[in-house]
Amino acid sequence: MAGTTVAGATQAQQAADPFIVDGVPLGSRLIMGTGGAPSLDGLGAALIASGTELTTVAMRRYSPAESGSLFQLLVDHNIRVLPNTAGCFTARDAVMTAELAREALETDWVKLEVIADEHTLLPDAVELVDATEQLVNRGFKVFAYTNDDPVLALRLENLGATAVMPLGSPIGTGLGILNPHNIELIVSRASVPVVLDAGIGTASDAVLAMELGCDAVLLATAVTRAQNPAMMGEAFKHAVIAGRLAKAAGRIPRREHALASSAMEGRAEFL
Amino acid sequence: MNIKLNGTVHAVDDGASVTTLISQVTGRNLAPNGQAADGQKLGVAVARNSEVVPRSQWYVTALAEGDDVELVTAVQGG
Repeated sequence: MAGTTVAGATQAQQAADPFIVDGVPLGSRLIMGTGGAPSLDGLGAALIASGTELTTVAMRRYSPAESGSLFQLLVDHNIRVLPNTAGCFTARDAVMTAELAREALETDWVKLEVIADEHTLLPDAVELVDATEQLVNRGFKVFAYTNDDPVLALRLENLGATAVMPLGSPIGTGLGILNPHNIELIVSRASVPVVLDAGIGTASDAVLAMELGCDAVLLATAVTRAQNPAMMGEAFKHAVIAGRLAKAAGRIPRREHALASSAMEGRAEFL
Repeated sequence: MNIKLNGTVHAVDDGASVTTLISQVTGRNLAPNGQAADGQKLGVAVARNSEVVPRSQWYVTALAEGDDVELVTAVQGG
């Protein structure tokens, strides 16, 4: 294909295989978080390099000292905003935060995060289920951040979650996907999009998530705290595409013994 | 009169509306529908005494002495 650039092929691939969530087609299967970036400018460059079309933000008290508007930055770059309920420990707090986010950002999408404690940042399953039910009843589109528990993931879907987002490992650890079998099981039984969320450390983790059948990957720290965030953002852009293609292409089965790829017949003989 | 804004005491004119308060704090002019007059995104929300005040109600909602107001916006996170 003379004249076809790698970038052109990448765009064509994304256009032909959109990530559809809540009926909305997104051109990238990478959802970015914004936590941990040292500056708004650097963050903007990393987001653009990553090709993301959906990015999370947290809701906090307004401070006049804060320079620049993150929301305006996302609007300017045509990146959809996904408010989260980070820092909420109870369903009550999460519902209140989601209501404020809907008012402030004019979207009914919410990344529901109800954590048990600050040490593990692991989701509190009981509060998560309660909050999902309340938010769905209030008309929210709930992207539920959950443990890598296939039973809980199905419960959340049955309660009306728009997407289930199991963790690979605890937030910010960069430990990758600790239980690939569970992620695969969640994917195999889900009929809503599955987004691998949290624990991603580097590009190969995102490739694996996609090879396991996830519909998208959500990450923040791996990019925002990388030594070169924009370069890492670009690495993840390609990683999700590579993993998606590999999954669709069908990998070879694993075998115990070697299998020659060159035919043995017709070899030259040397006396 | 005094209200509590994001946890600290804040003085506003008697009977000031939520719109007036937001305008004063953010330095932005607001249209009666709660959108920023400059056409850019305002991106803030208000809870008054633990109840969300919808954007469409800011203009007609008068604050009262001692009200507890939370004003929030999107920041980096997640």
